[in-house]
Amino acid sequence: MATVEARGVSKSYAGRTVLAKLDLTMTDGELVCLLGPSGCGKTTLLRIIAGFITPDAGSVVVAGRDVTPLPASGRRMGMVFQSYSLFPNMTARDNVRFGPRVGGVPVPEQMSRADRLLEMVGLAQHRDKYPHQLSGGQQQRVALARALAVQPQVLLLDEPLSALDAKVRAQLRDEIRRIQRETGVTTVLVTHDQEEALSISDRVAVMNEGRLLQVATPAQIYREPADGFVARFIGAAAVLSGVAEDGAVRVGGYVLPAEGAKQHAGGHSVEMFLRPEHVRLEKMNGHIPPGALAADVGDTTFFGSLTRVRLTVPGLAAGQGIWADLPSEHAEQFVAGSRVLASWDPAAPRVIATKPARLAGS
Amino acid sequence: MRRIGFGGWSVMTLGAVYFAVPLLMTVAFSLWEGRGHYGFAAYRTLLARPNLLPSLIVSLELGLATCAAIVLLLAPAMIFMNLYAPRLRPVFEFIAALPFVVPAIALVAGLSVLFTGPEWLIGTPFYLTVPYFFLALPYAYRAIDVGIRSLDLTTLTEAGQSLGASLGQIIRIVVLPNLRASLIGSMLLSFAVVMGEFTFANVLLFHTFAVLINEVGQNAPTEAAALSTLSFLITWGAMLGVLIVGRGNAQIGGAR
Repeated sequence: MATVEARGVSKSYAGRTVLAKLDLTMTDGELVCLLGPSGCGKTTLLRIIAGFITPDAGSVVVAGRDVTPLPASGRRMGMVFQSYSLFPNMTARDNVRFGPRVGGVPVPEQMSRADRLLEMVGLAQHRDKYPHQLSGGQQQRVALARALAVQPQVLLLDEPLSALDAKVRAQLRDEIRRIQRETGVTTVLVTHDQEEALSISDRVAVMNEGRLLQVATPAQIYREPADGFVARFIGAAAVLSGVAEDGAVRVGGYVLPAEGAKQHAGGHSVEMFLRPEHVRLEKMNGHIPPGALAADVGDTTFFGSLTRVRLTVPGLAAGQGIWADLPSEHAEQFVAGSRVLASWDPAAPRVIATKPARLAGS
Repeated sequence: MRRIGFGGWSVMTLGAVYFAVPLLMTVAFSLWEGRGHYGFAAYRTLLARPNLLPSLIVSLELGLATCAAIVLLLAPAMIFMNLYAPRLRPVFEFIAALPFVVPAIALVAGLSVLFTGPEWLIGTPFYLTVPYFFLALPYAYRAIDVGIRSLDLTTLTEAGQSLGASLGQIIRIVVLPNLRASLIGSMLLSFAVVMGEFTFANVLLFHTFAVLINEVGQNAPTEAAALSTLSFLITWGAMLGVLIVGRGNAQIGGAR
């Protein structure tokens, strides 16, 4: 168990910056998710922490000790890989006791440690099976037990659930969290699945183009995205481009209530992010009250308990539509093509200054 | 499981006939004593030859030495290339294909000019291990390559390293046991190549089993057929032994 720090870590490949002076601290016993799209540098950062990649600059500090010069085998970090990575010639038990075995732990201790960990991941009865006799979920459980068998300072999980089907993924996700809490090991998990990151983490580190955009609790990331990219990447949100006014955003001919606009100077370009669960719908009753918007019902998408209703606002571009997530039985009254009133709590939308277009190569 | 249809059976039968007929004819010829009479006279004469056992032992030793060279030199080189220098794969492929392109007689001429030492090797039949290694290279390379490609070597190595294992431990405990089948295949092919190799041994004046077969065939064709049959049985027997030993190893893999 240890604090893990990435200090000014940079990495480039063939002139392309993969990580740009990145700083991140993970406190003792914390589970941090590195979240971002493919190619954002999250796996590179994880592999630098693990010792498989040497950074061009910066250092990795674990429990106050600079481990950058150490090889992966000297870092005492358990790692679980996306591909199951179990040793095919060994049973589940032999896989789990591999670390203690090469570490010179006496055989009885190897055995008892392996059995205890297999019990913890719920595979005690499968200990004598070979990897090819186990399902994908079981193999990842064994891989998790194997990583924990070296009593690691840090547990590194590189997209451990992405090769599993949805149901197993959800089960194993909960199990990883339970085991992480039981063992208290500082854990770094790489994922591109926002639902996974939000549900499992103490904190989420959102990355894009080799930079950390925001590091915060899942609730903060979701409710208060610090950046337009984060707001777009996390959850669903309608993005409405306009200019800030006092307590509102002017989009086309509409003045849309948004208290967040007060933080921006009037007339400045902003983007308003409106989550579908904040949008309320009512049937048209002849007049449009202040703070409401007349919109036309478009497609609907059924998600079981919820139905997402797509709305188009007359006079706004096609990309400037909004959505409303409604209880499915409530959504049935809004038929496609009908006109409705859309409204929201003015405190709900997030208003973020529009970033100036980046120059090529900057 | 899909059933094999008439076409499948026909193809397999044709293949079996193509494989078995020359063998059976060789065996039949080795038993022929003339005038429609069959017996073991050729085998009795053969076994009484004083130079049979020494040449057989030389070939067996060369087969084992070549197998050792394949396992100790080629396999580690291929593992390291796949782990650390995958860009060198085309170079490996090219070298592995060379013995197909260069005729054995040209190879022996070149090698005897290039390999002029060390003294302790040159004067012994073990010198043949050098050209035999190259002769067996295309077959051994393919067999090992198939095994390596079926493993996620990089991830397995990284998994081992993250668990504190050195590269040597990973290769010994993880990689080699998983390459067992392809290593056995490569040894089987190398051994078979060595047992049947004639050109090198004959040109370099070493008296191997294949050279003996040729000698005997000059004046005693039925004995040569008997010798070929024996050679075939020895190769099969040796490989069966390797397979049995290999299977035993699989059962204790990772147990310590």
